[in-house]
Parts: sequence; C-alpha cells; structure tokens
Amino acid sequence: MKASNTRWKDRLDGKLPADLAQEIDQFESQIELRRQGKIDDKIFAETRLRRGAYGQRYDNGQRYDGKQVRQLAFPEDKNTKGPGTVWDAPGMLRIKIPFGGMNPRQLEVMADLAEEYADGITHVTTRQDLQFHFVHIDDTPTLMRRLAEVGITTREACGNSVRNVTGCPYSGVCPDESFDVTPYARALSLFLLGHPDAQNFGRKFKPTFSGCSQHGCGLAAMHDLGYTAATRIVDGKEQRGFRFVVGGGLGAVPNQAKLFDEFLPPEEVLPMAQAIARVFARHGEKKNRSRARMKFLLRTWGIDKFKEEVLEERKKLRDDPRWTEYIDQAQSEVESPLNPPGDMPETNGNVEYTRWVKANIRPQRQEGYFTATVALPLGDLTPDQLRALADITARFTTGTIRTTVEQNFVIRWVSGSDVPALFEVLSTAGLAQPGAGNILDIVACPGTDTCKLGISSSRGLAAELRTRLEQKCFEMDQAVQDLHIKVSGCFNSCGQHHISDIGFYGVNRIVNGYQVPHFQVVLGGQWENNAGAYGLPIVAIPSKRIPDALDRITEFYLRMRQKNERFTAFVQRIGKAQIRQALDDLTQNKPEHDDDPSFYSDWGDPREYSTGDIGIGECAGEVVTAYQFAMTEAERVVFEAQLYLDAGNLQRAGKDAFAAMLTAAKALVQIQYDDVADDPDEIVDEFRERFYDTKLFLDPFAGGKFAQYLFAAHENADASFTAETALPLIEEAQLFIEAVHSCYNRMRSAGLSQSTEGA
Amino acid sequence: MELQHVNVKVFVDGELSVDLYRFVEFFHEWIRDDVLDELLIDVVDYQHVPAGPAVMLIGHEADYAIDNAGHRFGLHYNGKAAIDGSNEDRLGQALAAALNACTLLEAHFAAEGLRFSRTEFELFINDRALAPNTPQTLAAAQPQIEAFLKTALNHDQFTLTHDSDPRRRFRLTVNTATPVDFDAVLNTLRT
Repeated sequence: MKASNTRWKDRLDGKLPADLAQEIDQFESQIELRRQGKIDDKIFAETRLRRGAYGQRYDNGQRYDGKQVRQLAFPEDKNTKGPGTVWDAPGMLRIKIPFGGMNPRQLEVMADLAEEYADGITHVTTRQDLQFHFVHIDDTPTLMRRLAEVGITTREACGNSVRNVTGCPYSGVCPDESFDVTPYARALSLFLLGHPDAQNFGRKFKPTFSGCSQHGCGLAAMHDLGYTAATRIVDGKEQRGFRFVVGGGLGAVPNQAKLFDEFLPPEEVLPMAQAIARVFARHGEKKNRSRARMKFLLRTWGIDKFKEEVLEERKKLRDDPRWTEYIDQAQSEVESPLNPPGDMPETNGNVEYTRWVKANIRPQRQEGYFTATVALPLGDLTPDQLRALADITARFTTGTIRTTVEQNFVIRWVSGSDVPALFEVLSTAGLAQPGAGNILDIVACPGTDTCKLGISSSRGLAAELRTRLEQKCFEMDQAVQDLHIKVSGCFNSCGQHHISDIGFYGVNRIVNGYQVPHFQVVLGGQWENNAGAYGLPIVAIPSKRIPDALDRITEFYLRMRQKNERFTAFVQRIGKAQIRQALDDLTQNKPEHDDDPSFYSDWGDPREYSTGDIGIGECAGEVVTAYQFAMTEAERVVFEAQLYLDAGNLQRAGKDAFAAMLTAAKALVQIQYDDVADDPDEIVDEFRERFYDTKLFLDPFAGGKFAQYLFAAHENADASFTAETALPLIEEAQLFIEAVHSCYNRMRSAGLSQSTEGA
Repeated sequence: MELQHVNVKVFVDGELSVDLYRFVEFFHEWIRDDVLDELLIDVVDYQHVPAGPAVMLIGHEADYAIDNAGHRFGLHYNGKAAIDGSNEDRLGQALAAALNACTLLEAHFAAEGLRFSRTEFELFINDRALAPNTPQTLAAAQPQIEAFLKTALNHDQFTLTHDSDPRRRFRLTVNTATPVDFDAVLNTLRT
C-alpha cells in the first residue's frame, strides 16, 4: 500500500467532480467496513467489482510452483475481499474508456498510475477498456481519485452491471459510416452509469455502437445491445437512426444478436436501453449464473415476446430530459483537425515506413486526413510509450485518440503531409509496429498470466506466434497477411476467438498421465460485418504444436482456396472434416514426458503444466440483490453518521442518520414498488401504506416502535441537532435498519419477497 | 521529507548476454526455492513490449525486473510496501535488495558473462505525492541521499545527476569514480 494515499485524498479534495468524489469516498468507507467485518464478503466482492476492482490469479492465497501447490504467505491473510479472495493479494483494476476516447492528459495520468500502483504496464482490452494488474485493494481509492481528476471512472467496469459502452474508433472519420456514432455512445454511457434501473442484473450487460454494417470495429452482432448507424430519406430529408440488435454474446456458447428494430430513432436509443435494462433486471436469470446473460432470456422467450415486454415497459417510463437533450448537439458535433490537410507519401524509400503505411494508415472521409493505428503487441504499453503517445497526439492532432477492440490505439485527424514525421516519432517510441489488423496483430485475453479462469497461456501463445510471424509475415501471400488471429485462455471468449478467421481457446488434456495445455482450433469466424459469423471448432491441439498448426492451416488455405475466396467462405466450403484431417497428425505421436518435458509446459511458463491454479471467476460477479446493496448503503451511511458525531459535526451526523433510515425504508418499499422516487415524503408515505398500515413491518415483540422512529425523524427532518438529539437518532437509525432486516427475513420466509427480486 | 517506495536500477555492464527467457526460468526458481526473504508471487514475461520491463518477478513487498526502459537493460528493484524507519533505512533496504539480486543473478549466469555495472546506478522515488520531481524535492532529498551513499559506499567519490523532467519520477543517477564492491556495500548495509 502506498504511503501517500492520504496525501492524494487531501490534495484532490474539492478538485474532483462531486458525484465521482462522493462515490470514491463511499467506496473507501466500504473498504474500511469490510476490514472491520461489517460488510458481508459476498456483498463487498460485488461492490468492488462494480468499482472496477477485479480479482486476479493466485488471489486465493495459493500458487502452483511447478511441483506443488504452495500457500502464499500474505501478511493480512485472514481478511478477505470476497469469497476465497485474500485481502493482500494483488488484483486488477479495469478502467472504463467509453467508445475508447481519450486525450493526452489522460494518457499521461495513466502512465503515472501504471508506474506508481501497478507493474508498469497498461493493457488495452478487447472492449476498449484499460487495465492495470498487480494492484493492491487499499490503493484503489487513490487510483480512482487520480483518474477522476481527468474525467475517468472505473465505476461499473466489472460486476453485474452495464459495462463499457464501446464504439467504432473511426466514428466521425470513416469513409464507410452512415454518421458519427460518438455522441450517442457517450450519451448512453453517461445515462446508464449508475442508473437505478441498471443495478439489479443477474449478469453483465454490454452495449456497442458501430458506424457501418460492413466492418467489424463495433462488433454489434456479439453484444447485448448493438446499435449500427443507418439513415433513411423521409419527405426528402435524411433521418438518422440505428439498426438495433439485442441479445448477442460470445462466451462458451456464442449467440448472434437478434434484430429488435430495423430503424430505431435517436430519441429512442436511451429510453429503449432503459426499458431493456428493467426487463432484464426483472426477468433475467439470477440463480444460475451460467444462464444469466440476456441471450438466455431471448432464447427462452424468443425475440417477439422479448420485444413485446420491452415495448410495454417503455410505455411505463417516466419522461427523462436526458433521453433527447444531447441529440441536437450530436447532429452538429465535429472534431477539428490541428493542421491543414495534405498529401501523404506512400513510400519514402524505407521499407518499414511503406509496410506501416500499408496496414496502419487509413484515409479519412475528410480529404487530406488519415488515421494512424498504433499496433500494440498483446495490447501492452509502457509509461514512456504512453507519455510519447500523449506528446504525439498533441503534436499532430487536437488531442483525439481512441482505443480499439483489437487492443490498439488509433490517432485521428493526422494530416497526410504529417504522416512521415508521425512515423518517425512513433518509431522512436517503439510504437510504429507494422501490420495493424493483419495476421501479425494478434488479439489475446490475459489467460493464465493473470486471469483466475485461464486454462492455457493465451498471451504466451500469441507472443510466440507473433515472434515467428514477424520473421515472415510480409513475405506471405496477401490473403494470409489479411487473416485475423484471436486467442482466448479458456472457453469464455474474452479473446473473441469465435469472430476471428483463426481462433484458439485454451483447453486441458491428459497425455501419458500428465496434464498438457492444448488449444481448441476455431476456424472461419468473421470479424467483418460487425462479427457477422462465428467460427467452427475443429480440433484440440497441444499448445506447443499450435505454431505448426497455424502454418498447416495457412498453407492448406493457399493450396485449396478458389480464386479470391475469403477464409470464412473457404472454411464453409471445405468443411470441418477435411480441415481436421489436415491437422490430425498434430494430435498424434505425443512425446513421453522424459523425452520432451517442454511439451508438458505452456508457452512463456517453465513450470510443468497444471490446472491447479484455476480459481473461481469474477466475470459473473456475485448475485447481490438491489435490496442487499441498498441495505449495505444504509449501514455505510449510519456508520459515517457515527464518525461525524465523533468529529463533532452534529448536523451532518443527524442528517446522515435520517438518510440511513430513508435508504433502508426505500429498500423495503422497492421490493413491492420499483419506481418509488428518491423523495423523503414519498418514501415515508409508501412505507407507511405498504408496511406499517398492513402490519407487515410490526415487530412480534416491539410492535410498531421502530417504524415510529422513522416517522418521528421525518417530521423533525428540518430540525437542527444537538449532542442530545443526534446520538439517539443514530441509535434509532441502527435499530430501524435492524428492523428492516427482520421484516425482510419474515417476508422471505413467508414467500412475500420473491416476486420482484428473484433471489 | 519522507522517502518511501525507493527504486533502484543497476545497469547491465555492456550488452545483455543472457537470453531473456532464462530470467523467466530463474525467477520461477526464486519463488519455488524461497530464495529471498520476502513474499514472491509470480513471474511476468513482457519481452514483447519495446523498451519495457522485459521480465518481472512480482512480489508483495517489492517487484524485481530485468528492465529495458530507455533501451538500457538493468536490474530494477521497486519497493512497493511502505517501510518504517528513517529515510536512510529505506534507502539502505532498497539498495541492499537490488545488489543482493544482482549478486544472485551474476552467480547464476556467470557462464553467460552477466555482469552489472559497478560504477553507475539509479535511485528514484516511486511516489509523486511524497517526492514530486521538483527543485524543492531535489534540495531536500539530495543531502540525505549523499549522506546515505557516503556511508553505504564508504567514500564520497561519486556524482549525482538529476533528471529534471517534471513528468518523471524523482530520479538521481549515481556515478562512482571507482568500482563499487557489491559485497562490501551489502556488508555495510546489513550491519
């Protein structure tokens, strides 16, 4: 833990957006409460996940050292930050970057944070997030404050929440787009962040925006909500809208999203997402986490019933000005260039430059301007590279840079005449890797490097393939150069292997009595057309033979393909059996352990292979109901009321005590009535009508005494507090919270609480 | 001024003569064989990142890396845990840990000719709140670091060069007129 955490808190006091500052203060309190054992382990796990603080491999406090599983003797080994998760064990922090948009100042802060709190590496994910690894939980509030200072939040980056809203990184500059989707992605991201209707899911929920239907930059077909820009002419005027699909997802069983609306008008983007969130929260699976994504609700209901339920829910929504207030501005929003347009030299006599231009530079729809893809091997970059990228972005553009789902950055609005100079400075920073978007630009999830679920080393394999391809990639046939490779460490598809020409995912097999890492080969998926097709699993091959398998596949493709036949079409035509036959010998004749021990270890890891380090994943989060969250919040607020009292701030102590009672009362009311407003009068009225008058809240021994505490506090809400009134009110608030718990438990036993919460 | 999270980078003398994957293997052995008196957790291979921390040994109290930042390989020690005591104690702990790691690496890779510089290393503070890279920090910290080095190296024949880029961490490069005897320094720091 950093010695300077309190200094940062003091230094940034009053300098952060108020809402972000409050959230982070609350999270810090929750950390303290968990340390004191006052928050349940499971609730704290979901709480930290919803703040982006994720578990990491070995955080159960044990690790396989190549010979045996050993305990890791962390100093604070009794306390946990989730079920089976040791407090001191390092974790990952996921940082949401809506539509991948960043600016130079944010890049610089990322560089500082990677150095000071992580292992020095910033990782770009397959959903345009950034991640730090090996972070201590006690440092996360400081990290969050320093991120908030530059307008970045980690809120709802993990857990059962609305994840990062991704978007095409070429939005606004792509020649093939219908229109710039950036403002819509930004608006949806802000709207759903912390929205009360998006807090009670059984699993995560992923939206994306794409500017066109033909490319893969937004991957709409594999998202829970996929918006693809479209236009139509009505009465001679162009109208904007979105082809809107729902219920897509990868995971172990991939699912193509279903068409919800051929042309969803912009003013319906936000409310329809809200209606879907409410339907998903109410009807989505909560007990069986492996069937809790939206795709399973669609599978159960079918798109027609799903649509019917959502449209019915849409009618019930109270109008919200945020649904439309951004739209006028969205129509006119345009990024501006820094330098005048210019012609781009496609070659300067330098073969590296020519290769880089060919794959990494794309013309914008604005003549004389180009985008430059900064290809990052395995999505990783150093603090020095981040600072260089910040300087470069500021030097050549007005500060417009985005992350991509291929784990790269895209610099936008580069004048053609600046491209040679851009190449030079990127080269100096080690950021001019050629081959963006081609076979060399391999995507990989963290796999066994840091993920608790990793089975095989996806990054180790990707690094090995990249090293081998670097030697020969540019001599290969163009059809092979254009292929995409994506690698996942397990079947959960974080590396998006289903939508790649050539995909691999980690599996385990027993060979000669030993565990051996393997990769299942998945061929013929389609990144284009917004993840237009999913690949076919062919055969599992030992990890150390995957490079040979890749050579075999590409040679087979070149030999057998028809003229200009794309890989997806080739796989479909040739069929699984014939391709498998071509690879079959790679599954045979495995060496004895003593003859080749390296066969029994994974790429980049000399330990004899074992699956003993696989833990319990946190992707699914913990199913914690809205009631549980609200009650945890009530307990936090009353805890803070006591701290204010101790510090002599009597007014704040009294107000917080009442606020804690209201929060608990609202939690109970929401079991029966979701839409209760955040208004003390309404909460108390609803509570009185639904729980006091009906006698549901009456304690078997104390009768209505605890409810009277609430009513009295409400009547005296405007009173000023003295030491004589604040302390009793805090005590009454604690008793009221306990009474709410008791009432809830009685209702559960009587089967009265299950209709709306499903847990 | 409190100097916490002390980092030390001891440069490799000349070209790195060892295949980087050998460090991956060796660091795994450190974990398995409890080579250091601290909690070691995992090894990370970042060879694919240009001029980065090529191979890292992640620990609870500290990380060790065969680091290539600035295209100069060296053993980089990053003290992560806050440590009680004086600034001198913390500087001594970090320098001792770094030199101890260098000694172990040199012994293991003697056949490959691995050798760390005896005349140049870096000291920096990995905390921008405690030690922002400013003239004020330099003025406050430099006398303390000089005093510490005089004791640790047992002479004052060294120069300190400050990297004044305000975006970077507070960092001093130490150049010595005569080669540093790692064993002697370790003996001094441990007594």
